[in-house]
Amino acid sequence: MSFPWAKQYEPTNPVMKFMDEKLPLPRLVYNAVGAGYPVPRNLSYMWNFGVLAGFCLVLQIVTGVVLAMHYAANSGVAFDSIEHIMRDVNWGWAIRYAHANGASAFFAVIYLHIFRGFYYSSYKAPREMIWLLGVVIYLLMMATGFMGYVLPWGQMSFWGAKVITGLFGAIPVVGEPLQVWLLGGYAPDNAALNRFFSLHFMLPFVIAGVVILHIWALHIPGSSNPTGVEVKSESDTVPFHPYYTAKDGFGLGVFLLIYCAFLFFMPNALGHPDNYIPANPLSTPAHIVPEWYYWPFYAILRAFTFDFILPAKLWGVLAMFAAILVWFFLPWLDKSPVRSGNYRPLFRKFFWVLVADMALLFYLGGAPAEEPYVMISQIATAYYFLHFLVILPLLSSFERPDPLPFSITEAVLGSDDKAALKDGAGSAA
Amino acid sequence: MATTTDTANSEVVAEDGVRRRDFIEIAAVSVAATGGLITILPLVSQMAPSKDVLAESTTELDISALEPGQSIKAVFRKQPVFVRNLTPAEIDAANAVDPGDLRDSQSLADRTIEGHENILVVMGVCTHLGCVPLGAAEGENKGEFGGYFCPCHGSHYDTAARIRKGPAPSNLEVPDYSFTSDTTIVIG
Repeated sequence: MSFPWAKQYEPTNPVMKFMDEKLPLPRLVYNAVGAGYPVPRNLSYMWNFGVLAGFCLVLQIVTGVVLAMHYAANSGVAFDSIEHIMRDVNWGWAIRYAHANGASAFFAVIYLHIFRGFYYSSYKAPREMIWLLGVVIYLLMMATGFMGYVLPWGQMSFWGAKVITGLFGAIPVVGEPLQVWLLGGYAPDNAALNRFFSLHFMLPFVIAGVVILHIWALHIPGSSNPTGVEVKSESDTVPFHPYYTAKDGFGLGVFLLIYCAFLFFMPNALGHPDNYIPANPLSTPAHIVPEWYYWPFYAILRAFTFDFILPAKLWGVLAMFAAILVWFFLPWLDKSPVRSGNYRPLFRKFFWVLVADMALLFYLGGAPAEEPYVMISQIATAYYFLHFLVILPLLSSFERPDPLPFSITEAVLGSDDKAALKDGAGSAA
Repeated sequence: MATTTDTANSEVVAEDGVRRRDFIEIAAVSVAATGGLITILPLVSQMAPSKDVLAESTTELDISALEPGQSIKAVFRKQPVFVRNLTPAEIDAANAVDPGDLRDSQSLADRTIEGHENILVVMGVCTHLGCVPLGAAEGENKGEFGGYFCPCHGSHYDTAARIRKGPAPSNLEVPDYSFTSDTTIVIG
């Protein structure tokens, strides 16, 4: 669906007319990210991160395909082939660092995108499907990122593979055979490395497919906005192009500055020195941690240290997966009819407590597995689930939301009458 | 789009009709396009031979055991190279032809190093479509002119490895090489 006042694609050039008749690809682009897509006029820079995430996906696919031209997925030579890329291949160092830091950039952008969704309740009707697909994308990203980190076949690669596949070993009865099946052996070796490479190459294209569904689902109700008030009339929107192509372009420039600062000045800041030691199945690094973007969930995994009906190991795994799976239920856990956190004073406070809690879990996931970190992890984990399962569902019954503006135009200009497009031909109000 | 009559969205238009925004747009798009084009450089360059491949670009050969009439096959840049110690009869056969009559006119002297006219070093890569010609090993078909014969499409090379018959456009290539001693050559 698009709003009735959306501009129609009308090619004048005969070549474009021919194209539009036979394969209306330009029309698709025009209606998706061109002047044919009316977007709320009040989107803030928090709405940049979807485009930035798309950029990161393309960046990862391009650099990844290039790296695959030089990498050898064989446990005998994988580590050496990474050094070959770093030292011998023309610009290999730049492309590998671009890929490694691109993964971090992708996750950073996605976390901001997700927390934008939390604050503005972007998951609420009619946008539940966009949110559900987004969580699927995030899960696919986690799997892809993990398998990519195994490929250099350094110490962190090897022990990461061992620990993460060990999670499946916690499942009762089938756990052990499942772990052996996943690895194709009793410990990570050539079989595991080869299948991880194959899947690491394939999954980004699955992600791209789900991204297309995500954008398709987005274009049905159209973008949300910082007021959470739905679009009512033409004066509430501006065409995506040139208004948001320009705004996203500016955001992309800022993003690239930060990304390039990492890429060229501190390319290993987010990595682990241990991964420059070839994999050794007989010696575990002293302080083994996953990549930073998994830290909150790693902290939740490690928070369970006691058996309670089920073994502690299983609790940790269940909690870690539940921490993400709970997001699937968010559209139905949060019952408040008001979307935007801007008009929900109580929700807003708890949102920032959640941000602080997640930040704490981030820190704890990278900290050593010793006291006091374990106890703090337990408290932070308990609060995490408390927020989603208790606080969020109850909030709507206690909270008195602030008055909402009548329309986006009123929120921006003070009154609908001040809009240049008032009494627009296609008013839906 | 905004019109200039609408005060809320008016834009400053200079007398020559150029808007400030035109300048900003052109500048921004130019910077983005330049950056994008520069990004293509590493993506293209990475497919060129890497440093370890380039490091394999010289081959040293000891030819002290090479008797007249014998050939050896060596490897230079992952391709075969033929080194042949020509017999006096082969040298005479090569010199008996007027280079001017040949498709690719070169004399034996053009294709060897002075003082070592009996040592012929050529790439074992047919100049037609890149097959390895026969004739370097004992018992192989040397073609109608006693040099090399390419079985793929029937190119015949003479004792100086010059093209004499068949589809190949030029003589077998003589790589850059030099004698570091009387019995050692370095190719590349």
